[in-house]
Amino acid sequence: MASRLLAGSVLTVFVVFFVLPVLWLLLAATKTDQQLVHDNPLSFGSWDALTANWHALTAFQDNAILVWLRNSAVYASISLVITLCLAIPAGYALAMTEFRGRRTLLIATLVVMLMPNATLVVPLFLEINAVHLIGTMWSIILPYSFYPFGVYLTYIYFTTAVPKDLLAAARIDGCSEFGVFRHVALPLATPVIALVGFFSFVANWTNYFLPYVMLPESDQMPIQVGVGSLLSNVPSFNPTVGSLAIERPQLALATLVAITPVLVVFLFAQRFLVSGMLAGATKE
Amino acid sequence: MTVAHSSAGSVRGRPRGTSRESRAGVAFVAGYVLLLIAFGVLPTCYAIYFAFTNAGGAFTGFTNFVTTAQDFRFIDSLGHVALYLVFWLLSLVVFVVVLALLLHRLSSGPVSQALRFLYYIPGALAGAASVLVWLFMLDPTVSPVSSLLETLGFHTFGEVIAPGNLALLFTIIAFWTGAGGWIVVMYGALNNIPKDVMEAARIDGANGWQTAWRVQIPMLRKWIVYMVILAFAGGAQLFVEPQLLSLASTGVAGRDYSLNQLTYDFAFQMNNINGAAAVSVELLVISMSVAGVFVARSGFFDAD
Repeated sequence: MASRLLAGSVLTVFVVFFVLPVLWLLLAATKTDQQLVHDNPLSFGSWDALTANWHALTAFQDNAILVWLRNSAVYASISLVITLCLAIPAGYALAMTEFRGRRTLLIATLVVMLMPNATLVVPLFLEINAVHLIGTMWSIILPYSFYPFGVYLTYIYFTTAVPKDLLAAARIDGCSEFGVFRHVALPLATPVIALVGFFSFVANWTNYFLPYVMLPESDQMPIQVGVGSLLSNVPSFNPTVGSLAIERPQLALATLVAITPVLVVFLFAQRFLVSGMLAGATKE
Repeated sequence: MTVAHSSAGSVRGRPRGTSRESRAGVAFVAGYVLLLIAFGVLPTCYAIYFAFTNAGGAFTGFTNFVTTAQDFRFIDSLGHVALYLVFWLLSLVVFVVVLALLLHRLSSGPVSQALRFLYYIPGALAGAASVLVWLFMLDPTVSPVSSLLETLGFHTFGEVIAPGNLALLFTIIAFWTGAGGWIVVMYGALNNIPKDVMEAARIDGANGWQTAWRVQIPMLRKWIVYMVILAFAGGAQLFVEPQLLSLASTGVAGRDYSLNQLTYDFAFQMNNINGAAAVSVELLVISMSVAGVFVARSGFFDAD
């Protein structure tokens, strides 16, 4: 009995740890800075304060937050489309067809998957600089589009979930190689497409270092970098700011705005996520 | 690169697919291979080239490595990242496995499912958002746990983010965002342990603790290794957390806390691209070696 009690309390403590900050963040956006300091941390402020915070936030640099959101949406969605168009066929080919160099490519994919991407940010900057793309959106969209993890996931999915005989049958029926992919493999690949799409979208949306280096101008920043730059305009964190100050509840609201798209995609993809993350687990 | 020759010799020799299939395979991977070369292979080569040359392009051997290693901030930031990695990997392995085992023992399905979802929610706040949330959590004037912070002897934000606490604080932030996903993965792996194995352990008289230690944890080994590899590669890249904290603390936490911040400083503040490349190459070598050791010893990628 004592062990059940212990287990229960451990699980509960972690619920508080994981959920409390999220709950606090939701409520903080509805308060004034005064209320944030003096009221109960888990109390609701008012709708008026929420509206006022929103107006103050959008007033910062003339709607900067909306520009950042649009930037993030453009960067993340274009690279998502490129990722899907290239990663799904690549993973399919690695799993289902034979060609010279297949093994080398598979190993290279595993290696770059483990390679810490942030360490390549400076060399990437030099490379992009050499082809004069610094300051353009392609300087982050193209590197984002390279997504070896997506190729690996697709590869695992096809090797475990789709029998090769199915493709052979379609070939005998006179399907072209592209037709086999288009009409047999692709319809079966819906779960893995959703999964790769989700992971790539979230990875792109939350990336900070690469756009921080490549796109330093405020009107080009994605929301993550933008919200980070808001931070240096909050007086309680940085006492040197002048008249352009942002208050803490507005920063909390900006954080909420920054995560909303991820949260929405997250809720939609939940089903695929849990089954997809376990796709590899059933194979021994 | 290998692709260019592929259509020629694929039929001859080994019993492989037809040449039609082979050509299609090459066509399907072509776009990905282009990106792999442009954003994987080329920047790596670029980094190595810059690490061994000077600003004029002349070969300088290990000079850049020596110069950066002698920089007064280098050893400090290396130590910071190492300490952070120890905390981060330990907490991940211990708590994720314990929580997954506890959730798995919880007989009532809906409760376990709800808990897994709740643990998983902060995963949506990855990146700058998680750091911002924790700046608030750690500020005693607004934190919902300010009484806890005061009990621990912290009365101001400055006291909480004292340099000695940072490794632990970054661990808390990273664990908060990342642990939920891994708990789901471990839970799924526990579900995949065959019923008769668990039954046999029970019949042999193993209690819950013994079953966990001798049956379940060994069967989770591959997943634990996989988690450690990815967490190590991610943790060694520490950048956004200290960078944002340095913005929020006006200098309490320096702009040179982690190795990646140092490469950024070398490249863009001190105009020493070659030094920055040298640090990047070192990070790359360390991360790849650690991953290599784990992969080799666990056989995780024996999929082919």
